Amino acid sequence: MQHRYMAIWFRHLVTDWLTLRQPELKDQPFVLVVPEHNRMIVRAANPEAEAQGVRTGMPAADAKAITTNLQVIDFPLGQESKLLRHLGLWCIRYTPVVAIDLPDGLTLDISGCAHLWGGEKGYLKTVVLKLRGMGYDARAAIADTVGAAWAIARYGKIRPIIESGGQAEAIAGLSPAALRLEPEILDKLYKLGFRYVKSFMTMPRTVLRRRFGEGFLLRLAQALGTTDEYLAPIIPPVPYVERLPCLEPVRTDKAIEIGIEKLLQGLCSRLQAEGKGVRKAVLKCFRIDGKMVQTGITTTRGSHSVSHLFKLFGLQISKIEPALGIELFLLEAQKVEDIDPLQEKLWMGEPGLQDTALAELLDRIAGKIGPERIMRYLPAEHYWPERSIRPALSLKDISLAGWRADKPRPIRLLSKPEAIEVMALLPDYPPKIFIYKGKRHVVDKADGPERIEREWWLDKGEHRDYYMVEDEHGGRYWLFRSGHYDGGGAQWYLHGFFA
Amino acid sequence: METAHDRKALINSLQKNILQWEGYRPSPVGTQGLVGLGAVETAFPNGVFPLGAVHELVCSTTEQATASSGLISGLLSVFMQNGGACLWISLTGNIFPPALSGFGIEPSRLIFIRVTKDQEALWVMEEALKCAGLAAVVAEARELDFKQSRRLQLAVEQSHVTGFVLRNAVKKIGSTACAARWQVKPLPSEPVDDLPGLGFPRWEVELLRVRNGHPGTWIIEWAEGKFKQVEKEQTVKPFKRKAG
Repeated sequence: MQHRYMAIWFRHLVTDWLTLRQPELKDQPFVLVVPEHNRMIVRAANPEAEAQGVRTGMPAADAKAITTNLQVIDFPLGQESKLLRHLGLWCIRYTPVVAIDLPDGLTLDISGCAHLWGGEKGYLKTVVLKLRGMGYDARAAIADTVGAAWAIARYGKIRPIIESGGQAEAIAGLSPAALRLEPEILDKLYKLGFRYVKSFMTMPRTVLRRRFGEGFLLRLAQALGTTDEYLAPIIPPVPYVERLPCLEPVRTDKAIEIGIEKLLQGLCSRLQAEGKGVRKAVLKCFRIDGKMVQTGITTTRGSHSVSHLFKLFGLQISKIEPALGIELFLLEAQKVEDIDPLQEKLWMGEPGLQDTALAELLDRIAGKIGPERIMRYLPAEHYWPERSIRPALSLKDISLAGWRADKPRPIRLLSKPEAIEVMALLPDYPPKIFIYKGKRHVVDKADGPERIEREWWLDKGEHRDYYMVEDEHGGRYWLFRSGHYDGGGAQWYLHGFFA
Repeated sequence: METAHDRKALINSLQKNILQWEGYRPSPVGTQGLVGLGAVETAFPNGVFPLGAVHELVCSTTEQATASSGLISGLLSVFMQNGGACLWISLTGNIFPPALSGFGIEPSRLIFIRVTKDQEALWVMEEALKCAGLAAVVAEARELDFKQSRRLQLAVEQSHVTGFVLRNAVKKIGSTACAARWQVKPLPSEPVDDLPGLGFPRWEVELLRVRNGHPGTWIIEWAEGKFKQVEKEQTVKPFKRKAG
């Protein structure tokens, strides 16, 4: 079968995207720059900047010198591949085979698709106008080969559609740059005076191979159609969704349970085959009165175990209000992650934080009382007591800082220090008597002070002088004076209890 | 004389049998003195601290609750030696992890769960006690009735996880299915080597109720990373002796 390919070229891909995101940049010259050898080099320029003479590859300083009010913005690295993937997924409506052609193009295999839009002319017009309507400056061309379509899209001046077999004629008048060659080979070609493809197209292959290498011949052959070129099409992600329509509306708990179990079996067998596990899933129940009720679960570690996920949903069943009946269940895994089955085996039954049973227990607790109530702490490099710990992000999170055990710390720390009244014998002495919550404590023994300075770069305020005191009944407390002792103005606080 | 001796031996062996039927296995070698509580352990059946059981600690003030958490932390350091994780369920959530490293625990292996109601705390505890991978579960709750303690005890019989229920501001002390009921009170510390300042944390540990054991009172210190029993005579202050 005769193949036909369409190449789309986005002339200002990233600048167009930025203009769409920041409409105030419209009608204003700006360039996107990347650092290279201690200089900022223009990586992309918008049409307004190009009209004033800015070219890509120019140093940003030169670009600023030749233009007025030029805006210089950092190039969002990796953005072009994201954008092309997004546009490529959009293009799947025109053909099933869409490939990304970095840095600024898409290649579509349109064999047998164009007639649906009334021929190649109508097809090309539709695609280009739609893309331009979205705000992207697109050019496209159709030819028998990927190489020829690429060349015509970027360098063609006459017609965008090359009839079958006409690619040699079409590219003959173009510059060698249209053949997707390496810059070094292009330089060599220009030095030798090959201004057009036709000047070397008919030369013997052995001669060309000796001077320009095998890669050059391959590109030429791909453009002319003597060698096949294969595309790596974008595979759109299939969402992790399971549907279960019910013949009769269901309203009992048992029926909902059966429904959830069936959905989970379908979802989990797919996840297991792909080596993935659910982190977050939502169950949507569509009722016959037109309303939709939904409930969700989250897990601490990806899981594709039906029994575990079913247990988590089991805690939520009581929250599902079936009213007159549910006619459709929809289970969607909104967040999945890769899980390593080998590691899971190793962790099975091993005590510690990586135990699967522990992760499943925490999931159940999170399902019942909420995930924000489960906390694990890691040391943080701060002396200030409130900041000396930070919540761990996950069960795998570890800290490089060690736990400090050189200074005594109370086993119970009040989240907010409570003001106390004290009587101290001498200014810098620990208190002799303090009153906390209306109860008088006579201090028998005391240790301290331990001065902890406030981290002035984080917040303002006084330092704290901590004392560890013991009253006559054996109660041990952590008290501090906020600030210096100056004429009885300093306030004392109780901050914690020692064991 | 001989018959009396026989009778005593018979009663001893029968008692051992009863203990065995009740789930107390004769202690394997090396389990005595496992948790390092010294004489306190002799109060338990067979002289072994009951692991895989629920312990209830009652306290009436924050100071007592803190002393009880100190005792629990000291015990946890033994249970968590093999790298296990532990759950600490509480209403207040004011346990300060850096202090636990002073008790020989790696605080990052503790998972804190903050609850709003006693029922929630006990639900979480029951679920956690069914999870055999945990080293221990600690719950701070106000009330615990017989039915609830029975549920917890049944959960640990399957999994052999040790549980602690720390009951602060107790209104009513009823019967319990827990293996032991403790009360820990802080005591004034003794200066170390006559240095000024505070000594090692010292508590009066009282076993109010022990299933098949002997209740009693001991004075325990947490000194240099382990429990140390203090003889009572030493702690009586001189002026008190005069008053007596």
